[in-house]
Amino acid sequence: MAAPVFKGKFTAAAAERLLWRAGFGPRPGEAAALAKLGLRRAVRVLTRPGPEQLVGPAPVDDRGFPIAPFDATGHDHLWWLDRMVRTTAPLVERMTLNWHDWFATSLRGVGSQRLMLQQNELFRKYALGSFADLLHDVTVDGAMLHWLNGDKNAKNAPNENYARELMELFTLGADRAGGYTETDVREQARALTGWRSTRVQGTREYTFEYVPNRHDAGLKTVFGKSGDFAWQDSVRLCLQHPNHPSFFVTKLWSYFVPAAPPAATQSALEAIYRNGYQVRPVVEAILMHPLLYTGPRMVKPPTVYAAGMLRRLGRGIDTRAWVNLGLAAGQRLFLPPNVAGWNESRWLDTATFRGRWYLAATALGKAPASPPPNATAEQLVSRALGFWGRPPLGRASRDVLTRFAKHSLARGRSRGEVEASLRQLIATAPELQTA
Amino acid sequence: MTVADARRACSCSDFSRTDLFRRVAAQAGSGLPAIEPGMPTPAGTGLSRRSFLLRTAGVAVAVYGGGALSGRLLEDGIANAAVHGTGNGRVLVSVFLEGGIDSLNVLFPAFDGRYYDLRPQLALKQSDGTPFAEDPRLRWHPSAAALDTLHREGKVSVMPGIGYDHPDKSHFTSRHYWEVGATDAHVVTGWLGRFLDVTGSPDNPLQGLSLDNLLQPALATGRVPVASLDGPDRYAYVVPKLEAENDLLDALAELGRVNAKAKDPALRQAAAAAAQAHRLRSDLHAFDGGIKSPVAYPNASGNNADFPRRLQGLAAMLAQGLPLRAVALRAPGMFDTHSDQANELASDLKLAADSLLAFQRDLEARGLADRVLVHVWSEFGRRAKENGSLGTDHGAAGVGFLIGSRARGKMVGEFPGLQNLDEQGNLRPTSDFRGVYSALFEQWFDTDAAQVIPNASQFARPALLK
Repeated sequence: MAAPVFKGKFTAAAAERLLWRAGFGPRPGEAAALAKLGLRRAVRVLTRPGPEQLVGPAPVDDRGFPIAPFDATGHDHLWWLDRMVRTTAPLVERMTLNWHDWFATSLRGVGSQRLMLQQNELFRKYALGSFADLLHDVTVDGAMLHWLNGDKNAKNAPNENYARELMELFTLGADRAGGYTETDVREQARALTGWRSTRVQGTREYTFEYVPNRHDAGLKTVFGKSGDFAWQDSVRLCLQHPNHPSFFVTKLWSYFVPAAPPAATQSALEAIYRNGYQVRPVVEAILMHPLLYTGPRMVKPPTVYAAGMLRRLGRGIDTRAWVNLGLAAGQRLFLPPNVAGWNESRWLDTATFRGRWYLAATALGKAPASPPPNATAEQLVSRALGFWGRPPLGRASRDVLTRFAKHSLARGRSRGEVEASLRQLIATAPELQTA
Repeated sequence: MTVADARRACSCSDFSRTDLFRRVAAQAGSGLPAIEPGMPTPAGTGLSRRSFLLRTAGVAVAVYGGGALSGRLLEDGIANAAVHGTGNGRVLVSVFLEGGIDSLNVLFPAFDGRYYDLRPQLALKQSDGTPFAEDPRLRWHPSAAALDTLHREGKVSVMPGIGYDHPDKSHFTSRHYWEVGATDAHVVTGWLGRFLDVTGSPDNPLQGLSLDNLLQPALATGRVPVASLDGPDRYAYVVPKLEAENDLLDALAELGRVNAKAKDPALRQAAAAAAQAHRLRSDLHAFDGGIKSPVAYPNASGNNADFPRRLQGLAAMLAQGLPLRAVALRAPGMFDTHSDQANELASDLKLAADSLLAFQRDLEARGLADRVLVHVWSEFGRRAKENGSLGTDHGAAGVGFLIGSRARGKMVGEFPGLQNLDEQGNLRPTSDFRGVYSALFEQWFDTDAAQVIPNASQFARPALLK
């Protein structure tokens, strides 16, 4: 059974939702253009985008100098945010972000922006490719070896850190029927032994190598199978574990749709995935699923919210402020809270809401508002909504804005001030925090 | 309350932590509805009436009524938690040592040969630190000197072997157990959140305060609102070139209010966040000029500065009379010391302990010390045997503390010792965190623990207060 496909009309509104879930929202006119393609072609445009181009002004710091993503603090965040804003392959960047969350690695433990950005390239390379290849490569990726102590895991000194998270967070899930045991954790740690990092003298960089005599070549028993397993076997055994496809599908699905997949969909997606561990066909099926279009809305992740505003405004990265604003809104890139990644359902509380308020204010900072001198409250609201591409604000919200504008004009506020304030309120309204 | 009550019906599979927390969080903050469509909206969701605040500095006065845009113009029906008090006026502060702190380093068995066998590289020296006054087998890590000071004053109850049976070695699972107050992956509200659901108010987000950029899951509620902020002096919404902050926030709250009953759960969540932001900002105007403290807090830089700064802000908020009941925050650092443990643990522990001492002194200076109890916890202890990377792997029973002038100052459970490790080489628990939670509710908050902790009657209650 194939997964169901959305049969409703693929309107501009539907295309806009797709662009938010599979990217960073529409540029002006983009949703309408995508809608004309119909659902299948629209999804294929996203999943097979062709060579990526970066469109728009190149990123600079507050003084107008080019950013230094390997070296300057925070510029790693700016570098990636810029790519999200300017890319013509938004789903590739969105999947890269998803893998960053899935294999959450933090600069705080890795200590090298270069290693973090190298890992980021790995996630981009396999954005829609083979999960088997991704898992294989990320296991011995430098940042990951540092982060979960794979480079410290040796025959005479086994370190369980990577072994546990490999199963718990990356491939199988904790506490599931038929899952792994504490013995499996220890045995997997033995299989994963052998890697080492060496600091390049006089630099902050490291080289990583497999050292055979650090590897525990003895017999191990993992998931009831015995062998003289090495790290490649460790990865393979997880991929082949009967709990892996369901874990993979449920987790991948959760990045796109905030309601659990129906059982039939779940098994259809698992069947697609089992056929070669390819990510793209599973993502394509999710992006065409009726629930993506008819199901509940999702809170935009802070980075998606920020990049989306900049894409909409055609504004490039020109201030370091985005780094701390990302932190305040709950998502500083390359600094996930822990190895389980960001908690996608915790994006909105009183603290992160304030971060979003300033994300919007900063995105809006340079856009002038110059309404006609006799504009009415209604016209000011209409202009401010037009500024954001006429997002789907409900009647009640629009009435609040109109009352606000009337009240402000009555108190003698300037029309420019009122329109700028309306833009800020629209950007932070519940409808624009979600898609 | 039974386990079944604490759970919420959910049709989806629950195995991924992200999934699980997705639902936990869906419940957090304001009685926010679960994400699954079709679930009933919990009682008290959103604002059932107009709730605005007069911006009298430091005195939050809620005004209820209907009408047009600006809530500040509404003036009937004054209800004020800050004036009338909340519960018995006592406050519980939960401090999380993230990553699983190595209890065998915090309080180490200095005279046990097994310790030196298990920890050939990491063991502290017999002469390091100071003796633990209640158990001559143990000494405090030098970085925990501030805790030793408070302990000698009778203001620290040490839990030297706290944990639970069948310990889970996953950070996320074990942390979740501690956060929800049950060894059950499916409970979606926090142990402090459920307490607020039972005893709290439908319109006072400050009753549950997460001093963090994110909500601490222990505070996740199903019914009443709670708040999250970086610090009381860091909650302004001022934007240059726009209209006055108060006017913008009033409109923002209104956008929240009119969407509070939207059908879509994400819209409702965003609406609640907007409305609560307004309320919280109103409560915090008193701190716009910064925070003045009667004592000095430790100096720290970068992210490490957050912990002393937040404790400092907390003491000031309490002194201001704000209606706080349960507060949660993270200690500095990361105690998941799989490698290079000696350095990492020492500096983080010192800053945490010194900050807690400063907080206690601050409360004493302000005359608030009898109202506040601090609960310090970590998701597990660490393996007795070191791992060869100059670190330790995940263990079982660990160490926790209760700090405050009213704390009994006596050990809860004894040090489990190294002679009787469990089959995986970990310390066995001598006290259960759910028993401590239950005792806190009963002895500190005068609340029946059975309303809050699943199967509460099964756990022994230690005496926690003087």
